[in-house]
Amino acid sequence: MESCNCIEPQWPAEELLMKYQYISDFFIALAYFSIPLELIYFVKKSAVFPYRWVLVQFGAFIVLCGATHLINLWTFSMHSRTVAVVMTTAKVLTAAVSCATALMLVHIIPDLLSVKTRELFLKNKAAELDREMGLIRTQEETGRHVRMLTHEIRSTLDRHTILKTTLVELGRTLALEECTLWMPTRTGLELQLSYTLRQPNPVEYTVPIQLPVINQVFSSNRAMKISPNSPVARLRPLSGKYMPGEVVAVRVPLLHLSNFQINDWPELSTRRYALMVLMLPSDSARQWHVHELELVEVVADQVAVALSHAAILEESMRARDLLMEQNVALDHARREAETAIRARNDFLAVMNHEMRTPMHAVIALSSLLQETELTPEQRLMVETILRSSNLLATLINDVLDLSRLEDGSLRLDLGSFNLHAVFKEVLNLIKPIASVKKLPVTLNLAPDLPEYAIGDEKRLMQTILNVVGNAVKFSKEGSISITAFVAKSESLRDSRAPDFFPVPSDNHFYLRVQIKDAGQGINPPDIPKLFTKFAHAQTLATKNSSGSGLGLAICKRFVNLMEGHIWIESEGLGKGCMAIFIVKLGIPENTSESKNPFLPKANHGQTTFPGLKVLVLDDNGVSRMVTKELLVHLGCDVTTASSRDECLHVVSQDHKVVCMDAGMPDGFEAAVRLHEKFTKRHERPLIVALTGNTDKVTKENCMRVGMDGVILKPVSVDKMRSVLSELLEHRVLFEAM
Amino acid sequence: MDVLSQLQRQLADFLAPLYREGFVDDQFTQLQKLQDESSPDFVMEVVSLFFEDCEKLVNNMAKALEQQIVDFKQVDSHVHQLKGSSSSIGAARIKNVCIAFKTFCEAQNREGCLRCLQQVNHEYTQLKANLQTLFTLERQIVAAGGSVPAMQ
Repeated sequence: MESCNCIEPQWPAEELLMKYQYISDFFIALAYFSIPLELIYFVKKSAVFPYRWVLVQFGAFIVLCGATHLINLWTFSMHSRTVAVVMTTAKVLTAAVSCATALMLVHIIPDLLSVKTRELFLKNKAAELDREMGLIRTQEETGRHVRMLTHEIRSTLDRHTILKTTLVELGRTLALEECTLWMPTRTGLELQLSYTLRQPNPVEYTVPIQLPVINQVFSSNRAMKISPNSPVARLRPLSGKYMPGEVVAVRVPLLHLSNFQINDWPELSTRRYALMVLMLPSDSARQWHVHELELVEVVADQVAVALSHAAILEESMRARDLLMEQNVALDHARREAETAIRARNDFLAVMNHEMRTPMHAVIALSSLLQETELTPEQRLMVETILRSSNLLATLINDVLDLSRLEDGSLRLDLGSFNLHAVFKEVLNLIKPIASVKKLPVTLNLAPDLPEYAIGDEKRLMQTILNVVGNAVKFSKEGSISITAFVAKSESLRDSRAPDFFPVPSDNHFYLRVQIKDAGQGINPPDIPKLFTKFAHAQTLATKNSSGSGLGLAICKRFVNLMEGHIWIESEGLGKGCMAIFIVKLGIPENTSESKNPFLPKANHGQTTFPGLKVLVLDDNGVSRMVTKELLVHLGCDVTTASSRDECLHVVSQDHKVVCMDAGMPDGFEAAVRLHEKFTKRHERPLIVALTGNTDKVTKENCMRVGMDGVILKPVSVDKMRSVLSELLEHRVLFEAM
Repeated sequence: MDVLSQLQRQLADFLAPLYREGFVDDQFTQLQKLQDESSPDFVMEVVSLFFEDCEKLVNNMAKALEQQIVDFKQVDSHVHQLKGSSSSIGAARIKNVCIAFKTFCEAQNREGCLRCLQQVNHEYTQLKANLQTLFTLERQIVAAGGSVPAMQ
């Protein structure tokens, strides 16, 4: 603003210009005054404004400027000196403040500028944090998805469900267009499309396993991006117009039970993998993020674990089912076997009786026929019939014996007997036949062989007789020697009898019998067959071998029952053979009086039973009389009864023994009634049945009705004597049948 | 004494074939053993009883077998009785016939039964004759002052 110092008439010459200047100054002043007001107003409003002092300065500067311009208004016309002075003062002040402000601004403006940059920086930071937040949230989401997916997968043990759930959940979590699983085929050369997400029924579609892209995926456990054009990714024609979505593939290890050795972990080379392919939706411009790939890898691992669990479970279920099946089959087989055995036993029990009866008839009638008047040819025929039927009877007995032996129902009938006598008897029986064949038979009994022994006499004799008989049968020349001695422990353990473990003890001894012959001999390889049923060793002279084939088998069973061992040695055909057996026999406590070897045990015999009250029950008059006389001869006081009622009527506590005929129609009932009548055991007389039946059934029936003993008819005096003494001593007697 | 020993020898010679031919068996010996001073006629008594029984049974069986419809059960029970009696006294041959007889009864074979019955009769007659001779001999021996030797 220039102030002109000349005093000149201003108005009429530049009046217009003056007017405009006048107005402008006025407005400038106005503006200059209002700006600080605005500033103050807004600063008062805002809380933060650090530069108040600057504001004051600035305000002052502006006010003064405004004042200056305002005062300028008066300088257009004639003005006094005061106005000029004020004007000058104002200008001076204005100058001072403006300079001060200018100087101040130099300091302040960089600060203000830096505020701006800081603001920008903070904004950027905020944006970044926002982004990161978003990322974390996404990760958290996917983490939750993985947990849920894992939970889903691990909550089932069915492999189908596992795989299906995996695909479904993955598809949902990652919003996939398609998710497929390729499993290796049995041959391991191809991958077959097994499961898909969107396609309802996967078509049978295979790719060879040796594709480079597949190899690449299998070689690492990371999820890898693969080209959408690779065969595993192109399932159907492109649906989108532009770009197919990105595809990622990951391997899923398939673990098998066989992969797990105890000491080492599964070898990588033997692992099989399945391939999981995930496709993003096409035309979405979405990209695979790292966290999504990680998610896929984690899922693939979990799937592998879940699948292996499912496989193990399947295996164990299958094994269990198999075992159950086998169990059922075994049970069935066992029951069938039991039924078969029962059927066989029933059959045998019936055949026992049925076979013996006709045989008896045949033998009896043939022997009767023999006694009649016959022509020589007829006699010959009858003799042949007799011989054959005797043989048949023996065979039947043998078979029945053997079957009883086999099912373990045969028990040895132990008793005290004269051992020497047994051998002598065998010798007597065999001598006639041997002398016909001109074979001398010698018997050597060791001097320390006890005279009496405890064992099954009948069966021991049967065994010795069978073996000696074989020796005689199969010898055409030479001599036969029978040696018997007590086996000492060294000779007991024989290398030829490896299963035989004899245990010598105080009241037993082992009898060893050796029968040597110089006959046909046996081929050593055939020896084991000898003891098997019905197996003949086919020798040259087969027409002489008329053995039933059962004899040695039965002998072996008997010897085994006697806790012994039997074997045969031969050096070969034509060199004879030696049969050896060892059996365990008991030593009797007191060598009592020698008795007829075929009577049952009776170590201490009462010779008479004076005053013993006996009741004889028999409906057959003759039998009754005979039995009565027997008992009377032994000194008993005998009462007789011919019927059950009479018996029950007559019997009393004084009667100590009741002898009844087992063949009586109501004999058994009488026994039952006797039991009912005398409830206390010591009051009841001992009931003994006399029977002509040799079978087990009769004996069982007798035992069932409560008989104390069974005696086989015919009964001799001695037999009755020994029976009575045995009975009275032990209160029970069941004679061998 | 000569007479006695002669008689005894006669008895022995007579008895031996009886055993050999099976008319009597060991059981008969046992019966003879039972005979002593307390029961001197035991054997004869038993034998007489047997013959009585036998006759009765044979008659019954003959009657039963003559019927139009034969009651084999009845016949069988008679045979059973006869078998029991004959074995009690040791009449071996009769016992054997009874065994065969039983078979025919079970088979309900009338012809067979009749044949057996005939045989029983035959045997019975023979045995009766033999034993009566025996008893006569024994009586003679006892009369001569000796005792009846038990036959082994």
